[in-house]
Amino acid sequence: MKQWNNFTKGFIKDNPVFILLLGLCPALGVTTSAFNGFGMGLATTFVLLGSNIVVSIIKNVIPNKVRIPCFIVIIASFVTIVQLTMEAFLPDLFDSLGLFIPLIVVNCLVMGRAEAFASKQDIWSSIVDAMGMGLGFTLALTMLGGLREILGAYSIFGIQLIPGVTDGMLVFVLAPGAFIGMGYLIILFNYMKKKTA
Amino acid sequence: MNLLTVSGSPHVYTEESVSKIMYGVVLSLIPAALVSFYFFGLAAILVTLTAVVSCMFFEFIIQKYLIKGPITIFDGSAIITGVLLAFIVPASLPLWMVVIGSLVSIGMAKMTFGGLGKNIFNPALVGRVFLMISFPVEMNMYPKPTAFSTQLTDIVTGPTPLAVMKEGVAQGEKVSDIIPEIPEYVNLLMGNMGGSVGEISAIAILLGGIYMLIKKYITWEIPTAYLGSVFVLAGALWLIDPEYYVDPLFHMVTGGLMLGAIYMATDMVTSPMSRWGMIVYGIGCGFLTLVIRIFGAYPEGVAFAILIMNAFVPLINRGFKPKRFGEEVKNG
Repeated sequence: MKQWNNFTKGFIKDNPVFILLLGLCPALGVTTSAFNGFGMGLATTFVLLGSNIVVSIIKNVIPNKVRIPCFIVIIASFVTIVQLTMEAFLPDLFDSLGLFIPLIVVNCLVMGRAEAFASKQDIWSSIVDAMGMGLGFTLALTMLGGLREILGAYSIFGIQLIPGVTDGMLVFVLAPGAFIGMGYLIILFNYMKKKTA
Repeated sequence: MNLLTVSGSPHVYTEESVSKIMYGVVLSLIPAALVSFYFFGLAAILVTLTAVVSCMFFEFIIQKYLIKGPITIFDGSAIITGVLLAFIVPASLPLWMVVIGSLVSIGMAKMTFGGLGKNIFNPALVGRVFLMISFPVEMNMYPKPTAFSTQLTDIVTGPTPLAVMKEGVAQGEKVSDIIPEIPEYVNLLMGNMGGSVGEISAIAILLGGIYMLIKKYITWEIPTAYLGSVFVLAGALWLIDPEYYVDPLFHMVTGGLMLGAIYMATDMVTSPMSRWGMIVYGIGCGFLTLVIRIFGAYPEGVAFAILIMNAFVPLINRGFKPKRFGEEVKNG
C-alpha cells in the first residue's frame, strides 16, 4: 500500500509540474506538440529512474558535503546515455528537443528526487518513486503539449483534427501560450487535488 | 425637513455607482461608434454587436458555473470591454475570431483574476494582443473606409497609415515621399483612413473624452501625460531628422493613440491612483508607444505600451503615495 502511494502520488497529488512546480524549463520550452512533451517526459523518466537507483545504492558512500556534485555526475551519466541513444534512433525528436536534453542534468525534478527521496530511502521505494514521478512528469508534459498542439495547430500527435486547416492560434505555439496553458492546467490540477483529498 | 435626523457615517453620498459610470462611458463612445458605422458600414456593426454579446455571454457563463457568485453582466463593465475590444480590431475580422477575443478578454484577463476591479491588465487590450499574435494575417488586413457600405464580402483592404509609414521608412524612402501615399491630415482627423473599427476618428474620440472629463469619469492627468509625451518625443525626433522621422501630428491622429490614451490607459482598475503616479504612468505609456512605433517590429505600439505599463501600476502606486492628512512634511 505504501509503495502504491509512492507510485500514484506523482500523478495528481504531487504532480511534479502542476503541483510541485519542478522542472518548469522543459515543461515550458519543449511542449510545442504532444509528441515532443511525451518524448521529453520519457527521457526524463529514464534519467530519473537511473539516478534514483544509483543514488539509493551508494547513498551511504557519498560524503554529505559533496553530495550535490556526486548527484550531478550520476545524473549526467544517464543524460549522456539518453542523448546518444536518442540521437541514434530518434533523430527528429532529438532535433526538436535540442538543448533541453543536456539540460535534464540540472532539471530540478531529477535533482529534487535524488536529494529528497533517493538519498534517504531504500532502493525499491526509490524505483517506485522514480516511476511515479517520471510518469507524472510525462503526463504533465503530454497534456501541456497536447493542449498547445490542439489550439495552436488543430492537431494531436501530428494527426490533423480539421482536414486542410493547419494554422491555429499562433500564440499557443509561441512562448506566451506555454505560460497560459500552464496556468490553466495548474488551476485544473489543484482543483482535482482538492476533489480527491 | 429632516434636519435633525441622526445617522452613522458616511454622511456625504454620491449619485454615482459602478453601473452608472460604466453606462456613461458607453454613452461617450457613441460618436466614435457612429463614425465607424459610417466608414465601415454593416461589418463594423456586426463586429461590435458580436463582441458585446459574447463578452456578456462569457461573463454570465463564468459567473454562473465557475465562480458561482452573483451575476453582474448588466453592470456595464462587460459591455464596455466588448465595445472597446470591437473598436481595436479590424472590421473585416471573421466573427468567430471576435468571439475568441471576447473569451480571452473576459475569461483570461478579467475573470481569472477575480472579476471587475481585480484585473491587473486591461481586458480589451489583452484580447486584442492575443488575437494579434494568434491571427497575424487577419489582424493586419484593414478594410478601406467606404461611406455607408453594406458589403460584407470582397471588402477592399489595405495597410494603415502607420504601416505605410513604417514600411516606407524601412525601405529607405524619405518621409516627404511617403506622405502623399497616405490620406491628408484632415481625413486622418475625421477618421477617413484604414484602421481598426473605432480608433479611426480622433475627433469623435476626443468628443467622448471631453464628455467623460466633464462627468469626471476620467481625470486629465493620464491622457495629457500620454499624448503630451508622445508629441514631445516625436517632435524631438522630427526636429533631429525630418526626412527619417515623421512629424508629431501624424503620430497623434493615426493608429489607436487617441482611443488608447482616453479610454484604455485611463481604465480605473488598471491605472495608478495618485496624481503623480498617473503622470508617470502616462509618460511611460507615451514613451513605450513611440519606441515601439519607431524602432519596434509592429507598426502600432499602443496596446503593448499600455499593457506593459499596467504591469508597473502596483509599483507606481507604492512609489507615489499621497500624503495622509496631518502627516509631517519633511523639511517643511
